[in-house]
Amino acid sequence: MDVVLLQLLTGLSGASSLFLVAAGLTVIFGVTRVVNFSHGSLCMLGAYIGWTILTHLPRDPAWFVAGVLLTAAATGLIGMALEMTLLRRVYRAPELFQLLATFGVVLMVQDITQWIWGAEDLPLPRGRWLRGGVEILGGRFPIYDLALIGVGPLVLGLLWLLFTRTRWGTLVRAATFDREMVSALGVDQRMLFTSVFALGAALAGLGGALGLPQASANLNIDLTVITDAFVVVVVGGLGSLVGAFLASILIGVLQAFGVLLLPQATLVLAFLVMAVVLVLRPNGLLGKAQATARSASIACLVRPAPTALKLFAMAALLVAITAPFWTEPFLLSVLTEALISILFAASLHVMMGPGGMPSFGHAAWFGIGAYTVGLLVGAPLPLALPLALLVAGLIAAAFGLFVVRLSGVYLAMLTLAFAQIVWAIAFQGVSFTGGDNGLLGIRRPGWALDAGNFYWLTLGVCLGGTLLLRRILYAPLGYAIRAARDSAVRAEAIGLPTNRLRLAAFTLAGAAAGLSGGLFSYAKGSVFPTYISIGHSVDALLMVLLGGVDSISGPIVGALAYTGLYDMLLRATSLWRLVLGATIVVLVVAFPEGIAGASQRLWHRVRPT
Amino acid sequence: MSVLAVSGLQKNFGGVRAVDDVSFSVAAGEMLALIGPNGAGKTTCFNMVGGQLAPDHGAIHLAAQNVTGLAPRQIWRLGVGRTFQITATFASMTVRENVQMALISHHRGLWRIVRAARFSHVAEASDLLGQLGLDDQADRAAGLLAYGDLKRLELAMALASRPTLLLMDEPTAGMAPTERMALMALTRRLATERGLAVLFTEHDMDVVFGVADRILVLDRGRLIAEGSGTEIRANPQVRAVYLGTGATSGGH
Amino acid sequence: MLNRRTLLAASAASLAAPKILRAQSSTPIRIGEINSYTAAPAFTLPYRSGWEMAVDEVNAKGGVLGRKIEIISRDDAGTPQNAIRLAGELVGDQKVDMLAGGYLSNVGLALTDYALQNKRLFIAGEPLSDALVWSNGNRYTYRLRPSTYMQAAMLVEDAAKLPAKRWVTVAPNYEYGQSAVKWFKLLLKAKRPDVEFVTDQLPPLGKIDAAATVQALAEAKPDAIFNVTFGGDLTNFVRQGNTRGLFENRAVVSVLTGEPEYLDPLGEETPEGWIVTGYPWAAVQTPANKSFTDAYQARFKTAPRMGSVVGYALVQSIVAGLTATGGTETEKMADGFGGATFETPIGRASWRKIDHQSTLGAFVGKTALKDNKPVMVDWRYVDGASVLPDDAEVRKLRPAT
Repeated sequence: MDVVLLQLLTGLSGASSLFLVAAGLTVIFGVTRVVNFSHGSLCMLGAYIGWTILTHLPRDPAWFVAGVLLTAAATGLIGMALEMTLLRRVYRAPELFQLLATFGVVLMVQDITQWIWGAEDLPLPRGRWLRGGVEILGGRFPIYDLALIGVGPLVLGLLWLLFTRTRWGTLVRAATFDREMVSALGVDQRMLFTSVFALGAALAGLGGALGLPQASANLNIDLTVITDAFVVVVVGGLGSLVGAFLASILIGVLQAFGVLLLPQATLVLAFLVMAVVLVLRPNGLLGKAQATARSASIACLVRPAPTALKLFAMAALLVAITAPFWTEPFLLSVLTEALISILFAASLHVMMGPGGMPSFGHAAWFGIGAYTVGLLVGAPLPLALPLALLVAGLIAAAFGLFVVRLSGVYLAMLTLAFAQIVWAIAFQGVSFTGGDNGLLGIRRPGWALDAGNFYWLTLGVCLGGTLLLRRILYAPLGYAIRAARDSAVRAEAIGLPTNRLRLAAFTLAGAAAGLSGGLFSYAKGSVFPTYISIGHSVDALLMVLLGGVDSISGPIVGALAYTGLYDMLLRATSLWRLVLGATIVVLVVAFPEGIAGASQRLWHRVRPT
Repeated sequence: MSVLAVSGLQKNFGGVRAVDDVSFSVAAGEMLALIGPNGAGKTTCFNMVGGQLAPDHGAIHLAAQNVTGLAPRQIWRLGVGRTFQITATFASMTVRENVQMALISHHRGLWRIVRAARFSHVAEASDLLGQLGLDDQADRAAGLLAYGDLKRLELAMALASRPTLLLMDEPTAGMAPTERMALMALTRRLATERGLAVLFTEHDMDVVFGVADRILVLDRGRLIAEGSGTEIRANPQVRAVYLGTGATSGGH
Repeated sequence: MLNRRTLLAASAASLAAPKILRAQSSTPIRIGEINSYTAAPAFTLPYRSGWEMAVDEVNAKGGVLGRKIEIISRDDAGTPQNAIRLAGELVGDQKVDMLAGGYLSNVGLALTDYALQNKRLFIAGEPLSDALVWSNGNRYTYRLRPSTYMQAAMLVEDAAKLPAKRWVTVAPNYEYGQSAVKWFKLLLKAKRPDVEFVTDQLPPLGKIDAAATVQALAEAKPDAIFNVTFGGDLTNFVRQGNTRGLFENRAVVSVLTGEPEYLDPLGEETPEGWIVTGYPWAAVQTPANKSFTDAYQARFKTAPRMGSVVGYALVQSIVAGLTATGGTETEKMADGFGGATFETPIGRASWRKIDHQSTLGAFVGKTALKDNKPVMVDWRYVDGASVLPDDAEVRKLRPAT
């Protein structure tokens, strides 16, 4: 009995920490609809700023509280600056585009933090009271953890008062329901958004600082926190504070007992919970159905490529085909990888653009294809590659049955949960996947050993695959998929089976990604769980968003630009994250419709059709 | 036999009874108007017939077939075309492509992946666009159309499947009076020529009394009157509903 | 018609010929180095300082084989796929004579496989995975640091002397953690058949739920704990363990915890008396270590870390291999490195012929607090050669390549 109670208390204190970071994220999303990927970075800044402030203060409780509040205020100011300089410029961009901007911020903050505070973990020296414990049923329980249990409900209560008892709070709640109405009331929407973002950032900073007595300030906080916070927010229902509170308790307590009963599962427990909740309740515990994010006034017709573009593409193709004759071996291997990225990005485009289904876990299909090739040691390449496509496609079709009923961020998060589960299988299945050490020694057949021949194979498969996807998007099936995205109710009313169409897009995307993953295995000669990591999924997302979601030229341009930029910076500077992040931010502000989208717009401005 | 027969239809939202024991039928070639004040339950009725909502009680028959609770897609397959009160079209496609999409679906060409969609059913699409006066808009993005044109586009899409029953929810909203009459005249012609049954709601009483063969009046979910234009005009209960609400709102 | 290969060969010959001529006289020996500089900066930045210092020292003394050495360094951003691409760039574009580096085991293994496929020498510095020299070992790959097996074996000796019978383990949930636990259990059981392992905690790497993990370990009421967590996970684990009294009256045996990069962040909360492997840099008074630590502090104004030693020793081990080989031809180096002996700040070591593992050892000692700062006490240097399995065993573990 005492075991249960102690573990329960431990879970509740973990839940409070989860809630603090999730609360800020959900408040920001509820009002601005921004999927703020940099929330974890704000939390990390909170931890570092808190460390700096608290190490200069006396070590007693009153000063601790004062220091933590000061940290929250400082982080709030940083959030405000971030909103005013960057996010304000991209609110009108298409759905999820803000994610790209905030990801640029994540990269920049990583380098800036390391530059200011150094690479080593910074532990906060704890005063006596922070180390103390109380005896509960024969076990010792930390006083600080006990206090934390109270902080979660306290913050929830204060936020509730703020949102229900102040004019500002009333406006914010109104804005959550209907942004246009609030601006019609003559309220300065910009101030409202800025203040909400500052509040969210302050909560992130509060969470970061309050974590200090338990964990050092370190450079991994950002990515750890952001995934946890997303899971909690989505399980609770986007924009719902009470939902986030319930979700953090659910996950915190399950985590505590999971450690006790099933230590191996802790890697994916939170994601399993999220998957189950989303399958049962597609809008989270307390979430409401999202209004369709794509406004009907945005008309992005899919037009056949203008002649000039076709000529340009032919020229590029000619250059690509002759590449083995004039490039160095290394450039050839970079081009091979770029081609694989093109198919990978194009497959995500099918889902995200015409399919209207954004994915945070697209690397799952890539990884399944890669592991299919890796596990089929000895199978000839002409058999293994189609199998990579087939296996990824079949699993996508099966998993898609659950996914296609969801929409927007919920759908994206369910794909993330699936990718994390696949990743964990690859990571933990040491006996057959080799765990994080991966599968080595994947050898190409004799004729494909030559870098030039393999390049041509990749060119054929990837460009062929991408052009086939393009063909399908222009064909009736592709139009029907787009119709289901544009207006599900109209699509159904003219006989289109929307869910089956979405499933088709999902399967198609999964299969094509699997094919690209299979090729990647052969290109590298090995497979690792990192192929399925969140980072790799984010890469795909960045390529599509950077290029533009409205036509297949988007992912092609995006993949080339992103892989080229990344490879170049990685070799050129140790501050590549700062430069890459800044470049992404600048591109986002300059071309909110993506590079390809912007070129298309400029083209049509010069040459009206 | 009637094309559509509805009996004892009922729908509750929470504690509110939106539609209460409504029965009616529409015959081939007949234009039946459904009228009533805002919130009377007109759109709810439409959505139950179209399959967007499932009724709590009652039955819906198309010809002899019971279609109660079927999905919109299945009801469409049985020959029901519809337009929506809030227009629903494919914003990222041109007007022509919207119609082509409906034709592709009708001709069961949905899963084809080889031939480009914009070469499908070109002549038939032009013909439909011509009938509805949308020729000069054919290559514009549907998302950029004026509201009245969107209504026409919806009608074109609804007609693409050569339906036997047409459901039109406020088909002339957003149109100038002359446009309204022209559109309804076209509908009338189709009804007569093809034996198309038309069920429609409309706020413009000139349109209703001008074209409807028969009129149903709903109030707070209940059917309170049914008959020809003359009969409805003379019905005291109808007058009470329409004038009464007006008097009430004026009185306070 | 022009054949692609003749075209390539022709251009390659015209471009490369003068280079080869120059290379034989005075061009530097180029070492392509790959490591996780942005993904694991706490270890790799001191490591970089270490090899920078070593390169400068070697070159100041006139280099090796009459040539200077030059390191072209790349950041793999923490993923093996990047490492493989960069290896291609270093070999293909930068024309390096050999590859070196690696921090994460999977990066090390990816480069091991690259070395085998492309017949290039790869000297792994830090990666600990046993697979690197055993199950996936090959003739082109050498590894400097004591492996997971060796780390576990060094600790087992002291662990076996403890009275403790009831053990629990806590290790990050990936290959390194699992291997360390596997070897420790196996080796300890061999020495002490009476011990039992009652619970294994496997927190996710970098995401430990320390409170729950500590609670679960305490619940098992163990006599002793074997810990493999490190870095941020270790800090959190120690803090929760201290507040909840997990370490009171219990022995703890812990891998790598004595290394400054992991010990220093524990600060004044360092639990005393843990049996650890590590590097008591300020206490080791050998001339080699003294001159290394003095020069390092003078140059970088900061204390050396374990990473600094690895980076420094990596260059020393390469220099020794080159000297023994007498040239930079890959096949010759692959054979010639074996048996070469080199000095490092912490002791003399050599490259084993049988599995290409170096015999570099580590210090085993106990944690303690001195002036509220963590240190290692009662330490001794354990030679790597003394903890490796016998040759017959190694041949079984390393399939013929």
